[in-house]
Amino acid sequence: MSWGSAQDFFAMGGYAVYVWGSYAVATVCIAAELWFLRLRRRTLKQALSRKNGDRG
Amino acid sequence: MRLNLWKYASPQSFYPVAGKLSPWFLGLAAVLAAIGLYIGFFVAPTDFQQGESYRIIFLHVPAAWMSMFIYLVMAFWCAIGLALNTRLSFMMALALAPTGAMFTFIALWSGALWGKPTWGTWWVWDARLTSELILLFLYIGFLSLHAAIDDVRRADRAAALLALVGAVNVPIIYFSVQWWSTLHQGASVSLTRAPSMAATMLVGMLIMSLAAWMYAIAISLLRLRNIVLERESDADWVRELGKAAA
Repeated sequence: MSWGSAQDFFAMGGYAVYVWGSYAVATVCIAAELWFLRLRRRTLKQALSRKNGDRG
Repeated sequence: MRLNLWKYASPQSFYPVAGKLSPWFLGLAAVLAAIGLYIGFFVAPTDFQQGESYRIIFLHVPAAWMSMFIYLVMAFWCAIGLALNTRLSFMMALALAPTGAMFTFIALWSGALWGKPTWGTWWVWDARLTSELILLFLYIGFLSLHAAIDDVRRADRAAALLALVGAVNVPIIYFSVQWWSTLHQGASVSLTRAPSMAATMLVGMLIMSLAAWMYAIAISLLRLRNIVLERESDADWVRELGKAAA
């Protein structure tokens, strides 16, 4: 373990902006992708049940 | 007993399979990412040249590998689709493209944030970076072309052709660091020689790559299910699904 304290860890030896900036954006991308997929799925399911409702 | 793989080439039989498999792949991705990040941030030592900035590698390299690998898989399904005219193949390709684009973007973004402290610049027009940027445009081009054509079958074929022609870019990205003199460093990991990095760094990177792989499989299966629902909404079996859900 190369970190003396939590502060040390978050400082990343002075490279905090670069390291955390990379991981944060990747996390946002992944979260957004999962969220959009869910949203799309819900919309499709709703359209599908509406369609079935119309036809009885 | 012979397993009939052709059975799963129809959207109807693949839909429930994809639904059953995707949570497993997603869970596997989460577990592997947790292990990989733990190794990357708590086990791997500080780099003697780059300090802590090198820890971007655990994101950058897996993302860059996936960006190229997903494109090849996508082009493969396009080729199968064009050759055999199987509907599911085109849907597979379409399901992979957004995730491939996302990994390409992450590779470029993390690369810029790594380049600034190590090279002193966010961006440089060298062969590796430029060809990776072209890869992003190819993904976006594939998706835009598909979206621009109303007839789905024609959209599938046109976009597939674009994907196949664009596949020539992938070896260019991969070998760019050998063919031209680039600011980007050469491969740290190759099949023919010992890796030029500490063992724990390598292990962390490989586990993160596996995580990215599992994530890509899970997400493309989920997206495939959406595409199937969308395209087959008039098919009897999808309407049965709708009734069950309503």
